[in-house]
Amino acid sequence: MRSCRAVSVLVSQGLDKKLSLRERCSVWLHVMMCTRCRNFQTQSQFIRKAARRYTDDLQSRLGKKS
Amino acid sequence: MADTLLTEQTLAAQRPVLFRYALLQLRDSELADDAVQETLLAAWQSAAGFEGKAGLRTWLIGILKHKIADHWRRSAREAVAPTFDRTDEDDGEAEEDDYFASSGHWNGGPKAWADPEAALKRQEFWLIYEVCQNNLPPKMANVFMLRELVGLDSDEVCREAGLSDANYWVTMHRARLRLRECLEIRWFNNTKQEQRHA
Ligand SMILES: [Zn+2]
Repeated sequence: MRSCRAVSVLVSQGLDKKLSLRERCSVWLHVMMCTRCRNFQTQSQFIRKAARRYTDDLQSRLGKKS
Repeated sequence: MADTLLTEQTLAAQRPVLFRYALLQLRDSELADDAVQETLLAAWQSAAGFEGKAGLRTWLIGILKHKIADHWRRSAREAVAPTFDRTDEDDGEAEEDDYFASSGHWNGGPKAWADPEAALKRQEFWLIYEVCQNNLPPKMANVFMLRELVGLDSDEVCREAGLSDANYWVTMHRARLRLRECLEIRWFNNTKQEQRHA
């Protein structure tokens, strides 16, 4: 069983590349049982979404889109 | 450069990314537009300096950075130039371990957030988001900005920021840990939020 630290690293990497099957399995198993890592997973996805929204808002706030 | 096929279309396709980059730095859509325009023109004129499709954005951003630097020099506003691009600092090397105990368990760690979707609709949330983003150490902020705001691929971010693969993963992970914690403390944990909702 991987530690929370190791799982959170994989969760973060999973946002930027495709994890191996084994990695995905261990994340999935861990996250089923660990609320904090599950929270980290949804929150890092949320942060990505927020960053995009922030950029979109900035573009419309500062004028036309290119 | 017979096989690189740098067409007007290939260049124009990069416009949105370049524009976001310029806008984040210049904070003015006209200035950003001009800088992108000049960049594409310069790129078009010096297509021979381009060394292969894989590095197209990195190459264009290199040109764009010069255009932006030119702008700051012209307007002599270096004092207020954003600090995205400072890569000289050795920031936050030791601090990752604050988030985890030596056993690998979270120290504290992520709590459940109440209704994050609703936060996206609130102006106050965005002020806090911005504060948290600006609180990242400069090098980390630069990497996060290139990946999540400008929208470069992780390979491109590595090239642009001069990071190894391993460094990239560490940096992005820390950035997410920090942002998460900041948002939790400043927004989601804030008990006054209920009243603000009313
Ligand atoms: Zn865990």
